[in-house]
Amino acid sequence: MKVTLERLTKHFGKVVAAEDIDLDIGDGEFVALLGPSGCGKTTTLLMIAGIYKPTSGFVKFDGGVVNHLPPKDRNIGMVFQSYALYPHMTVFDNLTFPLKLKKTPKEEMAQRAQRVADMMGIGHLMDRKPAQLSGGQQQRVALGRALVKEPDMLLFDEPLSNLDARLRLSMRGEIKRLQMDLGITSIYVTHDQVEAMTMADRIAVMNEGLLQACATPDDLYDRPETLFVAGFIGNPPMNFTDVEVVRENGDYHARREAFDVLVPAERGEKAAGKGSVILGIRPEDVTLQEEGDVEAEIYIVEPLGRDDLLDCRFGGAAVRVLADPKLRTRIGDHVRLAFNMHKVQFFDPQTEKSLLWTD
Amino acid sequence: MTWRQRVGKAIPYVLLIISIIPITVGYLWLLISPFSTKTEGLRSLGWTLTNWSFLWKPPFGLNYPSIWRVTLNTFMVATSMAVFVVLVSSLAGYPLSRLKFAGRKSFLSLTLIVHAFPSVTLLIPIYFVLRFLHLFNTMVGVALVMVAFELPFGVWLMKGFFDNVSWDMERAALIDGASRFRVWWQIIIPTIKPGLAALAIFAFLSGWNAYLIPFTFTIGRAGKTAVLSVYLQNFQGDTVMTNWNMVTAVGLFQLIPVMFFFIFTQEYLLNIYAGGAKGGA
Repeated sequence: MKVTLERLTKHFGKVVAAEDIDLDIGDGEFVALLGPSGCGKTTTLLMIAGIYKPTSGFVKFDGGVVNHLPPKDRNIGMVFQSYALYPHMTVFDNLTFPLKLKKTPKEEMAQRAQRVADMMGIGHLMDRKPAQLSGGQQQRVALGRALVKEPDMLLFDEPLSNLDARLRLSMRGEIKRLQMDLGITSIYVTHDQVEAMTMADRIAVMNEGLLQACATPDDLYDRPETLFVAGFIGNPPMNFTDVEVVRENGDYHARREAFDVLVPAERGEKAAGKGSVILGIRPEDVTLQEEGDVEAEIYIVEPLGRDDLLDCRFGGAAVRVLADPKLRTRIGDHVRLAFNMHKVQFFDPQTEKSLLWTD
Repeated sequence: MTWRQRVGKAIPYVLLIISIIPITVGYLWLLISPFSTKTEGLRSLGWTLTNWSFLWKPPFGLNYPSIWRVTLNTFMVATSMAVFVVLVSSLAGYPLSRLKFAGRKSFLSLTLIVHAFPSVTLLIPIYFVLRFLHLFNTMVGVALVMVAFELPFGVWLMKGFFDNVSWDMERAALIDGASRFRVWWQIIIPTIKPGLAALAIFAFLSGWNAYLIPFTFTIGRAGKTAVLSVYLQNFQGDTVMTNWNMVTAVGLFQLIPVMFFFIFTQEYLLNIYAGGAKGGA
């Protein structure tokens, strides 16, 4: 089922929770709504579910406006962060509740419930009550309950947030696999960009009620359209610093105090002559090299196991660098940094839009 | 421990004991008196069961109504209190907690104001209302008034319990295909059962112990419309000397269900003060 959001807006009194959201979701696509707390992603999800009525704008399923359709007629399944299982019912009753409401015959109900339960790996827990299950099991029941009515669309509201890290990792893969096998259009709300990056076909990034960007994970990572997207996606986050890009003798230089680096032409020409711009570079694109262009002093070393995260300071600016632990860098070391300028980003400080990828 | 420390520790206990002595003495007398012919202070002058004769024969002569009819009346009032207060409060509390409608905030403030309002001042107007409805001097009239007075508290309490239930569970039920009523009946109500039980018990006890309203809106002290608290007055006469031992016997008789309830359902009642129901995310 295709889903289209057209200028979708939701106000709660004076508070603007979501403003002018435009989004097209294809049939069978897995789209993540990603953003920090309070950005409007859950509000948008609940408008798609029909729990909230939009203040203005439209929600369309396969082209038809469904704004006034109540949740029970939308044929959707939803998984909540708190699982929202019915505590006084057994797993079996939880799973068959949607079917009972549709007046499905008893045998069919039992069959479908068992099938879904087996698919989720909880077929042996049918007689237990939710309080007798572990978090992971409860979550599977919640997922099963959403799937049992064979919905046209699946909605997820941060379903993995209440699980421990290990379980989160395995469930991520399982949910992704399940969605691919079943081919159900899915919308997944999360504040964890790793979840979004690993699971979604496309990510819609939101902030303060506005849709910042919607693109594939790679696009968002390598070609972020706004400062917010660039800083939000990627862990450790992108470094930002103010520079001026000037053209000298046919070459482009990005300059600030204690910093002068050559910029490749296709990136430099978009940023040149605009006064002070914001330069963005990811920690993995800065390396410690003897012939590096910039001299810096190491302010903090954070060992991450596989890498060391170094906080390097030069000329009033700070840059985080991912370095090889074997270099055994220490606080106070003077190093030379090399910047991979083929990966550099530039942003307009007023509009916070990318100078490279937006017009 | 030094002598000073001992005294310091003992003082709170001493103060507490002193302050509960009057109450304890009262209750002790209530337990001793019904089983005695006469008492001198707390000392019984003779043990007997004659004070309890009202249980098996009508007091003051054969034509006098027995206590059992009155007990039944009291029980009916208390039960209707329990049933209707819970029913109406839970139905009212849900939309107040969950739905948005015009005047919601004013309604909530109103319940609080009405609850704090001294009901005594309304006795005369209510008399006229009951007369108009032909419900004066009937058990139905009494029950109606009692339920009405208890509702503001019940509604406020129920709203509080509903507030504590997670929104997610309701949303899940709505998405699963339930109507609002079904959500209320099959999902929310089972979740707040402890709260419902607490309110039911509270309302029942309130009805069982009621005096002012039954007394005001019924005629006679022993007829078809008397309750235990009113019936008790029969034993306090102006023409003959009051048989206090019989009075305490009837009083203890009225106390028994309350004690029973309280002993076995304490934890439910405490739920009201704890303010929340178990269950929900």
